[in-house]
Amino acid sequence: MYFSKAAVILTLVLLPVAAVNAQDTAGEIAELRQLVSEMRTDYETRISALEARLVAAERAARGAERDAEEAYEIAEQTAVDQGAGTSAPNSYNPSIGAILMGHYADVDSGWDEIPGFQPGGEIGTGGSGFSLGEAEINMQANVDAKHFGNVTIGLHEDEGELEIELEEAWFHTTDLPAGITATGGRFFSASGYLNSFHFHSDDFTDRPLPYQAFYGGRYSVDGIQARWIAPTKLLFEMGAELNWGGGFPATGNGETSPGAYTLFAKLGGDIGDSHSWLVGASHISADAIERSGGHGHEIVIPEETFTGDSDLTVVDFVWKWAPAGNNSIRNFKIQGEFFSRAEDGIYADIDYNGEQTGWYLQGVWQFAQTWRVGLRHDVVDSDNGSLLVGTELEDPGRSSWRNSLMFDWSPSEFSRLRLQYTNDRVLAESDNQWFLQYIMSVGAHAAHQF
Amino acid sequence: MRSKTLIRIIALLLILVSPLNANALSVFACEPEWGALVAELAGEETEITIATTAFQDPHSLQARPSLIAAVRNADLVVCTGADLEIGWLPLLLRRAGNPAVQLGTQGNFLAANYVRRIEIPKTIDRSQGDVHPQGNPHIHLHPRSISRVADELAERLSQLDSSNSADYASRLEYFQHRWDEAQSVWDERIGKLKGMRLASHHRSFSYLADWLDLDIVATLEAKPGIPPSGAQLATLLEQLTPNPPVGVIRTPYENEKPSAWLSDRLDIPQIQLPFTIGGTDKAVDLFSLYDQTLRILEEYAN
Repeated sequence: MYFSKAAVILTLVLLPVAAVNAQDTAGEIAELRQLVSEMRTDYETRISALEARLVAAERAARGAERDAEEAYEIAEQTAVDQGAGTSAPNSYNPSIGAILMGHYADVDSGWDEIPGFQPGGEIGTGGSGFSLGEAEINMQANVDAKHFGNVTIGLHEDEGELEIELEEAWFHTTDLPAGITATGGRFFSASGYLNSFHFHSDDFTDRPLPYQAFYGGRYSVDGIQARWIAPTKLLFEMGAELNWGGGFPATGNGETSPGAYTLFAKLGGDIGDSHSWLVGASHISADAIERSGGHGHEIVIPEETFTGDSDLTVVDFVWKWAPAGNNSIRNFKIQGEFFSRAEDGIYADIDYNGEQTGWYLQGVWQFAQTWRVGLRHDVVDSDNGSLLVGTELEDPGRSSWRNSLMFDWSPSEFSRLRLQYTNDRVLAESDNQWFLQYIMSVGAHAAHQF
Repeated sequence: MRSKTLIRIIALLLILVSPLNANALSVFACEPEWGALVAELAGEETEITIATTAFQDPHSLQARPSLIAAVRNADLVVCTGADLEIGWLPLLLRRAGNPAVQLGTQGNFLAANYVRRIEIPKTIDRSQGDVHPQGNPHIHLHPRSISRVADELAERLSQLDSSNSADYASRLEYFQHRWDEAQSVWDERIGKLKGMRLASHHRSFSYLADWLDLDIVATLEAKPGIPPSGAQLATLLEQLTPNPPVGVIRTPYENEKPSAWLSDRLDIPQIQLPFTIGGTDKAVDLFSLYDQTLRILEEYAN
């Protein structure tokens, strides 16, 4: 009984305590739960923050790795550059190039004068057999901040004698503003599309007949040229030349006023990506005094001379096409020029008032990366009147013309082998001619002139 | 009456001549990649003329009339240099009569001067083909080249147009930030391409190979710039037959015939990469150019 009483009392005393205790534990669990949840959120935030920092650090590390790699490679490059750098006295040498040209020809009769035209230089077909042609040496460089200089020397042998020709010797300005360039010295005139090219970049072994008849191959100016390019999207360019030299059709008159003037204008642009074009017009007005033919070194009979005015107008065009403008594999080019000249004066002591015209049209098709085929028709015609019968300028009563077909192979940009067939009707008799030509270029990289 | 006609003719000429915007900077870029970089760094009003497209070989371009006119009107010429444009840029500069863009002036920027160049030849001789004495000029397919050139180009733009130099600085920062982000993304992708064995038509992708650690096992052109002969290709075929590469890569402007021949015989794909902006329809800027290049390579990587 006592025991049970005590148990009751104990129970009575302990029960509320236990109840209170139970209440306390529940609160604590809730609290702990909350704490855990808070900690979890907190840690999650901190973990994601740490993760973000890790990603950033990794990115920075990759950046640093790239930088380090770059630093290493720059150091390497610098070492290489310094190793290669020398203070050689020849580092200011101009760019130097040489052209080697020659051909084998099979010509029947050939010619060195065109009927009805006073020859303006060493023109014509040349003879049969192997001929060394011309070696050309070119040097060019900036002179200083204001000038660029260029000299081209042509070497060829004629009947065992070495002939040296100063083909070009000019400087031009590099610092004039507003699209203006001035040139002085001996240079190729801007009159005519083909005239500003060297012979070695021609598409056929010889110049078209109008170039041979009216320019003696090409028109060189000893004097000055000024040209201006307009501030436009299309190329519009015009210029003038004063010639004191003796380049045919002018003569070196030894006077203060120039022997010939040139005015020229050019217009060119693109049509889409694939087509480019250039047209030009020019006029040469020459005051010739005792102009003789071009065979200076083989005087057989005293040559007749011309004194008077010579006015020549040239109109030219070229159009080029390449698929999407990518000319390295396939491309097509068509070009043509028209020449018209009036001469008025005295020839061989006879009053002479003649008119001559000439033109050519040619197309060249590069059908594979190293192969090209081309076709050309060239013609000249003179109308010199009836007074000059018996002289060189006697009207032949017919025009002189040729048809040429060429085929060339260029294993690289620096060499070319060409086979050309020409049906030549410069003289009354038809002449079938074959040429096998080589053109080699060493040294400085040639300019890709349009 | 006559003077009126004259005035009309002059007015007509002036319209034809269509004077260009005198205030905005006019930039002449030799290749599309530099045109795109200028577009990133310069303002929208900047007039950009690009001399070549992705379909034109930058080695063999001619000094076309339109390019002479564009250089004449340019305030800045941005080109690759390292002799890539040796055949036509010097002639353009000489013909254009524009002293502001001549070599060595502020208006003449050659990107290759600012990057590490690879494949600098030890022997410089034409018998080796059209070698570039200053090294491989196709520098733009390494992201670091772009990043370094961007720094220098922005500096140059701001020198030329100093009143807007803050704009150039902020555009540069924005570009470099995005370029950096893009590189981080590309870095994740390039592991898969590492060591990928490829044949290449020309050494057009040497910088890309350097960046991606590609293994260019053969170049179809035995000598740069010289089209491979049949005999050379046959030798190459023999060499590659025991262990053919994954594919033959080439630019959009390179002759497809040699790679078609080789890929046909080795039974491997020809892979035309965009090479530069516009090389594929989707390569519209530098970012998409790189993305497209990786995407095409990923397609063929195992």
